Formats: sequence, structure tokens, C-alpha cells
Amino acid sequence: MHEQKTPFIRLAKRDAMPGGQVWCIRALSFVAALLLGAAIFLVLGRNPFAAYATIVSGALGKPTAIRQTVRVAIPLLGTALAIAPCFKMRFWNIGAEGQITAGAVAASYFALFWCDALPGPLLILVMAAAGAAAGGLWALIPAFFKARWGTNETLFTLMMNYIIIGVVKWLQGGPWEGRPGSQIIPQFDQKAVLPKVLGVHCGWIIVLALTVFMFVYMRYTKHGYEISVIGESENTARYAGMNVGRVIMRTMFLSGAISGIVGFMVASGANNTLYDGVAAGVGFTAITVAWLAQLNPFAMVGISGLLAVLEKGADTLHTRMSVPASISDIITGIFLFCMLGCEFFINYKLIFRGRHEEVSKA
Amino acid sequence: MEAVHAIELRHITKRFGKVVANDGIDLTLDRGEILSLLGENGSGKTTLMNMLSGIYFPDEGEILVQGKSVSIRSPKDAYENGIGMIHQHYKLVDVFTAAENIALGLHAKGRLDLKQVAAGIRKISDQYGFGIDPDKRIYNMSVSEKQTVEIIKVLYRGADILILDEPTAVLTPQETERLFTILRSMRDDGKAIVIITHKLHEVMSLSDRVSVLRKGKYIGTLATAQTSPQALTDMMVGRAVRLNIDRPEPMDPKPRLTVENLTVLDAEGVKRLDGATFTALGGEILGVAGIAGSGQRELLEAIAGLCPATGSVLFTPEGGAPTQLIGKTPMQIKQAGVAMAFVPEDRLGMGLVGGMGMTGNMMLRSWRKGRGAFVDRRDPNALALRVKEELEVVTPSVEFPVRRLSGGNVQKVLVGREIASAPSVLMSAYAVRGLDINTSYTIYHLMTEQKQKGVAVIFVGEDLDVLLELCDRILVLCGGQVSGIVDARHATKEEVGLLMTRTGGKEDGPHA
Repeated sequence: MHEQKTPFIRLAKRDAMPGGQVWCIRALSFVAALLLGAAIFLVLGRNPFAAYATIVSGALGKPTAIRQTVRVAIPLLGTALAIAPCFKMRFWNIGAEGQITAGAVAASYFALFWCDALPGPLLILVMAAAGAAAGGLWALIPAFFKARWGTNETLFTLMMNYIIIGVVKWLQGGPWEGRPGSQIIPQFDQKAVLPKVLGVHCGWIIVLALTVFMFVYMRYTKHGYEISVIGESENTARYAGMNVGRVIMRTMFLSGAISGIVGFMVASGANNTLYDGVAAGVGFTAITVAWLAQLNPFAMVGISGLLAVLEKGADTLHTRMSVPASISDIITGIFLFCMLGCEFFINYKLIFRGRHEEVSKA
Repeated sequence: MEAVHAIELRHITKRFGKVVANDGIDLTLDRGEILSLLGENGSGKTTLMNMLSGIYFPDEGEILVQGKSVSIRSPKDAYENGIGMIHQHYKLVDVFTAAENIALGLHAKGRLDLKQVAAGIRKISDQYGFGIDPDKRIYNMSVSEKQTVEIIKVLYRGADILILDEPTAVLTPQETERLFTILRSMRDDGKAIVIITHKLHEVMSLSDRVSVLRKGKYIGTLATAQTSPQALTDMMVGRAVRLNIDRPEPMDPKPRLTVENLTVLDAEGVKRLDGATFTALGGEILGVAGIAGSGQRELLEAIAGLCPATGSVLFTPEGGAPTQLIGKTPMQIKQAGVAMAFVPEDRLGMGLVGGMGMTGNMMLRSWRKGRGAFVDRRDPNALALRVKEELEVVTPSVEFPVRRLSGGNVQKVLVGREIASAPSVLMSAYAVRGLDINTSYTIYHLMTEQKQKGVAVIFVGEDLDVLLELCDRILVLCGGQVSGIVDARHATKEEVGLLMTRTGGKEDGPHA
């Protein structure tokens, strides 16, 4: 019969779902992640409730824990904000890692060699400006090639990451090396360290300000409008008289500049020095944050906070319950998988064989 | 004698989710007749025929072939019942020859004998006068030849019930006439033929009976000889529709756009538009006719500054000095004070932003206004509300993504915005493609209204009947060249058709 010929499961694109249902699915995916994680703990022979309690208390239980969690969240949020306009434009900037590093290098240059010449507050400002400029220029290179010759920005931005990380390795072992043979760049002078506010370096104020800025920029400005139109259709943008190449370069410069500021904050505020792992994968995790938040800056605050809690909490779990360190990555992975996976169910529905419901052609 | 119908459909119903595409349809088809299936877009014509050709399976109802109830689950089943369908979009492998394409999927026992296939094709070809070469490759064929291959493919498989889905959409008037001659001779040969169409004059000239569908429901069947285009339209739309287009004489026509030697090369360096020279007058509608891809798109985009071109396009405003448009970007053209409106062929890919609402789309024309960094949403919002009101756009709100509106409403948003910019030149490409009759006539009236305001309207169209009724002059493109400009009040369809294939124009053939 007819039913025998149809595949067992088929996919069909859904109509837009009502908002309540969407959040219901997202909540369910969160529960699914909790359950899957619990299964992992059971396999390891740990009590899942105790494990989750440790994660939460490890991340949020004490003021010091909260401070450390915030410190993890700052670069994640900052970088997610940086790549949001690029993704809105459908320009796949996966080079935030490199742009962070470039910003950190430039900021470190002033921290290391201009420390005595400049007064404290000015030095910090110069470092921030240098970080922004360097990150922006690093991002401008692939944007220029894309605008001029249509090169593939995904590969280009990715490759740029390895170049700048290589540069840092060379600086570490060469011109900027502290004690000969140490392969380490010396600690910054206290003048070059971001001041603390409420016990955490003041980067958190900067990223929160950037959140508001990015929200307004994307939603209410002419630049933001240009970015949205180009993201939907370059032809429409040209039709409306937009200079597509220029907007691409401008947006990438802005994106790189924000990443560069993140680099400056991490080097100056968190590490007090420069090393090749300054970006520490944040440039990639931030992509997930940006997508999960559907490019909404305020949602990014929550998502980056959640990821920071998971990471910090799982760290505590590692020390307190002596589970393997990699458990942190596994738990984070499970949560990301479930949260990203649920978007699939929001956009598509499954039809099982035997149901007399046909797929719309549209 | 009690005649057995070639096909009888009994109460066929097909649903797609909540949408009922076909709602309890009864239909009969006899041998030796041509039945037109008439209906607006989305009325369920193609869905119904796809159930005969095995693409969909009905949810309810019964199909009888030669009086016997059958179950058609796949195109193979359809062929076994002698039913073959020629789809709107051809399903041919470009690098194969006609014979190879026809042999595809035959599942004959033993070795594939292409010579035998070719001989069979020649036999069918001679019988009906197709004149097709079995060894010619598809990519070397014209659209009409490709269609012929599709028809032969169906005949070769032994189908004697043929379904053609809008077969004339891509043909010139001459090719259409040739196809009709072939269809008539097949009918006289005892075959049963269904032709899906929404062109009334074709229904009148070709078919024996007409069945009308409206919004998935069966409305009725009439003998063609006993009906009229007006009666059929009323059945299709469900109420009386005025089918004539007013064509006032142009008032005080003055040259608005003077185009000289306009040439456009594509990325591969092929000439898409070749030395086009003409003048568009303010206060008239200049129609542009031509087979699809003859340079219409390039012509409009070159004038709009959207693709690089050589030559000259001079814009002369009312009582002002001419401005050269070639070499300017769309923004520079605007800044030079040229009020140009453009309704491009690709509505959602060029004219609109699908993911934005009406307000966001109105902003495409005004986003740069004002000095500050912020966009003004108030005026576009007011404009969106006005367009929604005046053109009766059906949308839940002006913030609802236009991508999810119906084709007609999408086009109203686009045309409404362009007209609201108070243009002095209005260009439109295939403005009524895919629209129902009512919306189409709304668009024609809007074009005429603009013409009466003294706007130079350039109207690229595909329906020659409409072009001849609506326009003042018609420019005909063939292979990227202007093959003639005719007076639309006196020209005939045949004249324009000949110019479209260059036989009436210059000697050299069209470009590849």
C-alpha cells in the first residue's frame, strides 16, 4: 500500500511556532541535558544530585566563586557581541580567536615598553585603543579580500588565527622573552593591569556597556539596517544603493576591534601577561553563544553566564569529587548539543510512517 | 453506446497539512478530446494532475482508468495505465542526447539498444511532425525542442493520456501555434489530452471542454464552444471581473530616457545586451517583449546602475538638462536627482528583504535620510500603513515578514513602495508573474495611472496579449539586441512574435 512506500520518518519544515511553545521546547532540551549529564555521573559512580549541587555551589556558592565565574564570562560575552554583527551580515567570521590575540599583542606592547613613559590611566587607555586598532586591522584583512575579490571569509579568517598565534609564540621565545630560556613574557607592571571593581577587573563593566551598545547599534542605526539587509540579500542591498564592500569592511573592523578589546582585557585584567593561549578557544565558543542567543545581545549575557557557570562549576567538581577534568568539557558539550539540537525541532517536525499528513510543497 | 471515460476522477481530496489543495473533485476525460484545466495560481490544478501522474497519492477518492478503479502510486504506475505528464520544469539531463534521455529509466530487458530507441523516436517524430533529431544533445536545444523531447518521452512509453502543465509559458506565439497543431493531431489520433493553463485565449483556441477549479474546489465543466473568456474568468475568480485595460493616449510625451548603444557583458564576457538604442517617453508605457533571457533583466539593471554597462543613458527631467546615468551607482543616480523606481523580476532577492516586515522594506528607499546615525522608522511605518490600506495588502501587521505573504501581496508591497517614491521613470520586470487576475489588473491600472502622471513607464512583460493592450509602444528584444520597436495600438501578435525570434529583424542569429 501507499504507506509502505513512504520512508519511516520524514522531515517537514514547520510554520512559525508560537513563542510559548518555542520556549517550552527549549526548557525541555535543558531538562534533557540535565538527564543526560546525570547519566554520565551515574556511569562514573557519582550521585547526580550531589554533582549538580557541586557545580552550582562551585560556580555561585561563594563571592570568590562568583568572581571567578564572572571572569570566565567576560571574554565569552565580549567576543559573542563582537561576532554578532558579522553573523547578522552572513559573514562567517570564525577568526575572533586571532582578533583577540592581535588585540592582546598590541596592548601588551604598550604594557611592556611604554610603562614608564605614560601615566597610569593613560597607559590603560592607550593599551585599550591599541588592542582595538590591532584587532580591527587583523579582521579588516580578510574583509578587504572578500570585498575586493570575493575570497572565502570562513577559510581566510580561520587561517589568520594560526598566523597571529604563531607570532605570539615567536615573541614569547624571542624579542619579548623575560628571563632567557623561560619562553615566558614577563608579568605586566601593576600600572598596566585593569583596575578591579567589586573584586573583578572592570572588564565586566565594559562588556555590559558593549551589550547595550551592540543592541542599539544593530537595531536602531543606519549601519545596523545596512547589516541586516546585506545579510538577507546582497542584491537587495545593492538595489537600495548600499556599498556592500564598504559595509563588510566597516563591520569587520568593528567586530575585530571589539575582539581586540577583549584581548586587551584578558591580557591586562585576567592574565597580567601575554601568552599564546590568551584567547583559549573563546573565539570559537563565542560563536555558539551568539547563535544560541539568536544574535540578541541581551540573551548573550544569559548564555555566556550559563556557560561560565558550567565551566567553573565543573572545575570545582573535578577538585572536590575527584572526577576526571575532562568531565567539564563533556558536561558543557552535552548542554550545547541539547540546546543547539532543540532548534532543529523548532524548525522541523518529524512525520512517522502511517500518518496521513502530507508535506506542504512550499 | 455508453462511452467509457478514459479517466474518471471521483471525489478526489488532497490535503497538505491544514491546507486542502483539492476538495472532493469529480472530473472526466474522454479519448479524442482536449480538456483545459483552468484556474488561478493555487487553485489546485497541478496538485490534481500530480495525483494522476503518480507524484502524490490522494487522501480520499477514486481514480478510474478505462472504467476500472486503479491505484497510482508512482510515475511507473501512471505509465502502466497509459498516463504521461509533461511538467512545467523539464526533467532532462543536459549532457545526454534526446535518445539517451528518453531511454533513461525504461528498465527494458537485455542490453540497452540506443539505435532501436532512436528509430522509435524517429517514427513518433515523423508521425506527428515533431522534427527532432534523436542524437542532438539537450544543451544544444531550444526551450521548444526540449519540450518536444519531453512529449516524445511520454509517447515513447506508450502513454495515450497526456497531461501538459502550462506548456506555453516559455514559448513564442509561433512555437505555441506549432505545439497546438501537434496536440490537435494527437487528439484526432484518439489520444486524451489535459492542458493546465491560465491563459484564456489558449483555452478558447485549443480545447474542446474546459473544467474550472477555484481554491481547490471543482466549479464546473463547459463546452468551449458555448462559453466566453468573460464567463470563464468569472467562474475562475468567483465574481464578475472587468477584463479590459484603459489605454488613454499619451499626453505631451517628451523624451525622458535616451538610451544609446547600451551594451552589457556578463561575468564570462558574453554580450547579454548588445547595442540597445531607444527612447522612453514621459507619459507613455513602453513595453518590452522577448523570449525569457533575451536581455530584459540586463537592460533594466544597466539603467538602474546595478550592472556595469557601456554606452549612454541620458535622463532628461521635466524642463531640465540631461544627466548621464552610465557609470553611476544606484546611490549616485539618486543623488543626481533622478527619481527612478524599479520593480525587479526577483522580488524577494532584489526588490525586498524577505525577513523584514513592510516597514523595514519601505526603509529600503529612505534608510539614508536624516543626518544622525539612527534610522527613521516613523515615516516608513506611516508609508507601510498607507500602502497596506490603499493596495489592500493582506498581512497580519506591517511588521510581519513579507517572505510569508502570498505572491500577490509581496508584489503589492514592492510596487506600492516604488510608486510612492514619486518616480519620473518607473521600470518593472514581469510585474504580474504568478499573480491572480484581480491583482494583475490592479497592477495594470497602477501602471496606467503613473503614465497619466507623466512618468516614463518601462514594462517588461511575457504575455503578448497584455502588452498589446496596455502599452503605447513595444520594444522587442532578441538575443540581447533590439529587433524592433512597434506601435502597440496597431501591431499584431504575429508581428511581435516574429521580432522575438529575429526572423523579422536583422540577419544574424541570436547569441548563445
